[in-house]
Amino acid sequence: MRAPALEGDLPVPEEKPGFLKGNHAGAVRTCDTTGLPVCLEAQKFIQLNAVMAVVALLIGGVVALLLGLTRWPSVHLLPSEWYYRLLTAHGFNMLIFWMIFMEIGILYFAGTTLLNSRLGSKALAWLSFGLMVTGAVTVEAMVFAGKADVLLTSYVPIKAHPAFYLGIILFAVGALVGVINFFLTIYIAKRDKTYAGSVPLVVFGAIAAAIIAVVTLLHGALVMIPTFTWSMGWTEMPDPAWYRLVWWGLGHSSQQINVAAMVSCWYLLGTLTVGAKPLNQAVCRGAFVLYILFINLASAHHLLVDPGVGAGWKIWNTSYAMYLAVLASMIHGFTVPASVEHALRKKGFNKGLFGWLFAAPWKNPGFSAFFLSLVIFGFLGGITGVTLGTQQINIIAHNTLRIPGHFHATVAGGATLCFMGLAYYVVPLIFRKEYPLKALARLQPYLFAAGIVTMAISMSFAGSYGVPRRHWDLEFTGSQFAVGFDSAAHFMMGIVGVGATLAFTGLIIFVLLTVWAVFFGKSNAGKPMESW
Amino acid sequence: MSIHFPETNWFKAPTGGERVWIGLALAWCVVLTLAMPYWHFKGKQNSTGESYRVAPADFMARTEKFVGTNKVGELKGVPVVQPAPGGDAYLVAMMWKFYPVLKLKKDQTYRLHVSSLDLQHGFSLQPMNMNFQILPGYDHVLTITPTISGEYSLICNEFCGFGHHTMASKILVED
Ligand code: HEM
Ligand SMILES: [Cu+2]
Ligand SMILES: [Cu+2]
Repeated sequence: MRAPALEGDLPVPEEKPGFLKGNHAGAVRTCDTTGLPVCLEAQKFIQLNAVMAVVALLIGGVVALLLGLTRWPSVHLLPSEWYYRLLTAHGFNMLIFWMIFMEIGILYFAGTTLLNSRLGSKALAWLSFGLMVTGAVTVEAMVFAGKADVLLTSYVPIKAHPAFYLGIILFAVGALVGVINFFLTIYIAKRDKTYAGSVPLVVFGAIAAAIIAVVTLLHGALVMIPTFTWSMGWTEMPDPAWYRLVWWGLGHSSQQINVAAMVSCWYLLGTLTVGAKPLNQAVCRGAFVLYILFINLASAHHLLVDPGVGAGWKIWNTSYAMYLAVLASMIHGFTVPASVEHALRKKGFNKGLFGWLFAAPWKNPGFSAFFLSLVIFGFLGGITGVTLGTQQINIIAHNTLRIPGHFHATVAGGATLCFMGLAYYVVPLIFRKEYPLKALARLQPYLFAAGIVTMAISMSFAGSYGVPRRHWDLEFTGSQFAVGFDSAAHFMMGIVGVGATLAFTGLIIFVLLTVWAVFFGKSNAGKPMESW
Repeated sequence: MSIHFPETNWFKAPTGGERVWIGLALAWCVVLTLAMPYWHFKGKQNSTGESYRVAPADFMARTEKFVGTNKVGELKGVPVVQPAPGGDAYLVAMMWKFYPVLKLKKDQTYRLHVSSLDLQHGFSLQPMNMNFQILPGYDHVLTITPTISGEYSLICNEFCGFGHHTMASKILVED
């Protein structure tokens, strides 16, 4: 007999205390691996959003390699215009399109399968998807046509083609419609009494992410609409300091959507890969509530060396609010591995302090991606983030490569790696296709993690020598005044290039295997997924 | 399990290791929260964000006046200007240069006004590695006291169009 696909103590149907009668009217299947109900309508939209996400990841990834090779001084690949253009493309494809398409898929999954419900509205799901795709394609077209060389932040007075801002607005409205559809799903599940009691933890985390998403997208509207009307010549230019303040209400809060979604997926993957249970539901849920309450205020750390906001404001908003949000991550950073340890010890891996860790299923890419994501996000991302958010340290770090060094640890090594791990279950369970070349898939999370860690650390070192981010030329060729950086900085930039190449290798293996699996993979319909 | 419904009475206070950890983490967060204002008042380098609204043309006029009265030389065609010790100094950022070159005296305190005529720019002093944001419409006042003499590079580290990576200048500090 084959080993069971899921190592956890997975439920047989009668062990699901909360499930009552579903409301799917026939359009449902029972997952052959987990026994959970899968709403077919939702499944389709999860698939659509996931496919778009992977397309964005592919574009963002190819572009990332070119950027990495440009910042490698001895390669210096792209001409300057294309460096800035592709930097804009990279930011949008990765941070916005890849992440948010994934997250809408996760919301649909959490709202339906985990609550035994049908999708709130098919029409809204189409509307959301249509708007998001239209918005994304518009932004891509403008960026690649050279009509929007303004980078992700598009700080006014720099100006792009109006269609670029319109594309962002369409995408954001589409995402908002998707979030509303998620809330509608929960409402319907509650109304139809498809479950009893409190929602599962993963759904709770998804709700936290969705609430933050609403706040974020409202900031997005607040800043992007006047910028769009300005670009059309209808209104005055928004004030640059005001723009930065509100833009970061969007830009930073959206990182909290990513965090909340990622942490939910940590719990999800912990359960799927080793059968982990949260030790204390109240603690985990309380930590999600902290994210909702405090994160928006913490976006002040982007303005620490700005004019327009005073010292008192900077201190106030970076202290209590930031640390209460940090507290939430510190709690999850404990409860998640603790639940994994607990589950593995229960299986008898009890040797010593860390015997459970060695016995963990490191060959399962769902597990390795999840656990590496936890470690990279927690240690590298968390420590650099808290450091950079200090007023005085920010003076020596603002707009240097220390900043991308930090956030590649959080969004690439953290959230992206976690979502890759999720894909190793989404494809077999939702697309019902098996991954080919499993050995390569097993290696993939390690390659990507190693690349991102190398790149993040070397960026941080280069940044501490003053090397600016978003900058094409360390040598300042053609400048009136010569500028020189320490030779250690040049060396570090070489390592950035090496790390980027390695991370790209991990990324492209993921994309190719996933595309292969989805379109040509062996179907596993009717039987449990193969064990990793 | 995280994906299943919790038992009905799931609300319970943390116990054991979890409780200890939350306590430690909370204590650490409180310490850092208090450290923020402490560092501000005890520390020697802060970004106070002191700033005033100013129209770009007005700021340029002030700078020209400052250059006119305090110019002491030229470097690569750019005026070198020595403000009175303890006085105001002006620096304009524009695509893609800084104007003028400042010559400061060690251990003297200056009120350095920086602003932009066009886009957002960065004030990045190297190799000290001190970085501030420059916005058009805002007179950002940096109160600075150079403590080491020498020749420093000033570079722009906010993307400001395709010439961004050529935007550099000097700040000279003499004994
Ligand atoms: C193969 C993986 C990746 C590589 C090699 C890579 C490389 C890079 C490089 C070289 C830069 C330019 C830094 C600079 O010159 O200022 C950059 C910027 C950036 N990356 Fe990545 N990256 C990767 C993955 C990701 C992922 C997964 C995300 C987000 C989910 C991400 C988000 C960003 C953002 C937001 C920026 C800043 C863009 C800007 O300054 O406007 N990256 N990345
Ligand atoms: Cu500039
Ligand atoms: Cu610039």
